[in-house]
Amino acid sequence: MIGVIAAREWRGLFLSPLAWTLLAVTQALLAWIFIILINDFQNLQGRLAGLEHAPGVTDLVVAPLFRVAAWALLLLTPLLTMRLLSEERRAGTLDLLLSAPVSATQIVLGKYLGVLIFLLGVVALTALMPLALMTGAALDGGKLLAGLLGLSLLAASFAAAGLYLSSLTAQPLIAATATFGLLLAFWIVDAVGAGQGIASQFFGYLSLPRHHDALLLGLVRSEDVAYYLLFSAAFLGLTIRRLDNLRLRG
Amino acid sequence: MRIDDDNFHHTVRFMPMLAENVMIGEILVAVERLSRRYGETQAVDTVNFTLERGQVLGFLGLNGAGKSTTMRMLAGVLAPDAGRIVVNGADLLDQPRRAKQAVGYLPEQPPLYRELTVDEQLHYSARLHGLDRAASRQAMARVKERCGLTNVGRRLTGNLSKGYRQRVGIAQALLHDPPVLILDEPTVGLDPVQAREIRALIRALGQERGVILSTHLLPEVQATCSHVQIMRAGRLVFAGALAELQQRRQSTCVRIGLNAPPPVADLARLPTITRVEELGGGQFRLHHVADVALAPIVLDQARAGGWELWELTPEQASLEQIFVELTLEQETVA
Repeated sequence: MIGVIAAREWRGLFLSPLAWTLLAVTQALLAWIFIILINDFQNLQGRLAGLEHAPGVTDLVVAPLFRVAAWALLLLTPLLTMRLLSEERRAGTLDLLLSAPVSATQIVLGKYLGVLIFLLGVVALTALMPLALMTGAALDGGKLLAGLLGLSLLAASFAAAGLYLSSLTAQPLIAATATFGLLLAFWIVDAVGAGQGIASQFFGYLSLPRHHDALLLGLVRSEDVAYYLLFSAAFLGLTIRRLDNLRLRG
Repeated sequence: MRIDDDNFHHTVRFMPMLAENVMIGEILVAVERLSRRYGETQAVDTVNFTLERGQVLGFLGLNGAGKSTTMRMLAGVLAPDAGRIVVNGADLLDQPRRAKQAVGYLPEQPPLYRELTVDEQLHYSARLHGLDRAASRQAMARVKERCGLTNVGRRLTGNLSKGYRQRVGIAQALLHDPPVLILDEPTVGLDPVQAREIRALIRALGQERGVILSTHLLPEVQATCSHVQIMRAGRLVFAGALAELQQRRQSTCVRIGLNAPPPVADLARLPTITRVEELGGGQFRLHHVADVALAPIVLDQARAGGWELWELTPEQASLEQIFVELTLEQETVA
């Protein structure tokens, strides 16, 4: 049943020009950044040759590219998730789901998976660019995979937050704005200070990109993976509660 | 009354059989003390009723009387504040999936995804109700035939006229062949020909299922329903067979025409008269208590008083009058 809902959601994205436009725009921007990064790397290559333990192409091209891709996901996800539940409420189609023999959990997970599969497609397309380098350069496979894992976990977190905020309002644009604001807040929350105090450590832990940075360096720590999984699970749980609440409030 | 699974099957075993597994009189929906408020307003107030297989139950009431709220609760879209709903032997709160599987629901606004074609919409709905691909294709062919949608399968639901959207909504409710159908204003937006077709369809469906429909149109109730429930301000003010409602139509008025009418006060003093309406042109409408033959009394009096009677017509109260009486009266009637 989750699969049925996810499949409709995923196909529904491609029925609107929005998803295609977002795909095209992100690919174009990332490709442009990618070319600039490769150009810089070529200019540096001569000097790097003399260094011991010199950073390789993975560090100088792939990691910065993925850092930009994370930003792209931050901008793109709210636009993809804004309609997930708010549009169903506005158009009255939520009644179809609520009167069907499916649980709130199935509805939420179905919608989440639908949009997550789309976002993982975006991550896969991004991965194609560094993979193209394999023809002429030696890539660090481990770092590349860690980076891709990081992007996927970020996408999963963004989508969960977007889904929850989409359940709070019947206006997609409000959902998009709120999602963007919330994600940005989690992005810059560590800016309060880089000190060693409890508070700055706490805010540092909350920060979305900090955990991503470690993965970009090739460090797969369970602490970081757990952070993203908890982040997603929390918002999915809130969404399920919210959907049950909608039935109570009418 | 609690309907346990065991008791339930025990009671229906002796009911007359129409076809295999189809039993007239089997209780499909039992609603007990159902209540729901929206903030300060009591939208539905301790409503009790049952729906049996073979019944088409018409929900009547003014706007805001609580019809849609009741139907939304029956469909499981809205949670009740208090009360119990048992659908096809399954409690809607304890076994929501089993109960919902037994219900086909058409909300006030047909729940259609604008960007899907009719076929895609129906397929999705069928899959949501647990039909596999093959069963879904069969079910789609069946309901499209029944609802006159065979030619619009490839059109986007967003581009359909209101009447067709309504038909897709009804088709969608029929897909998983549920024993209970809940249709919120099923003929709204249909032209008279379509409305007639849909009413005939509902009557046919009601033969082997239980159907609940809401409407503002009294002729629709007369044309389709076997039972009627009238709601006012969240309460049921009448519940019974259509025939019972029609019994209330026994004439309680007589229209008379007089060339030399006496003062209205004299007419009002006639025995059993409750009210006199002056219609102008020497015509009056005399309201009298039920079960009294007024005509002989009026004839006698007219002869004695020299009123020159030229018309004497017993008038039947229309269903509409009964409806208005029931929905507007101050105290509860039923």
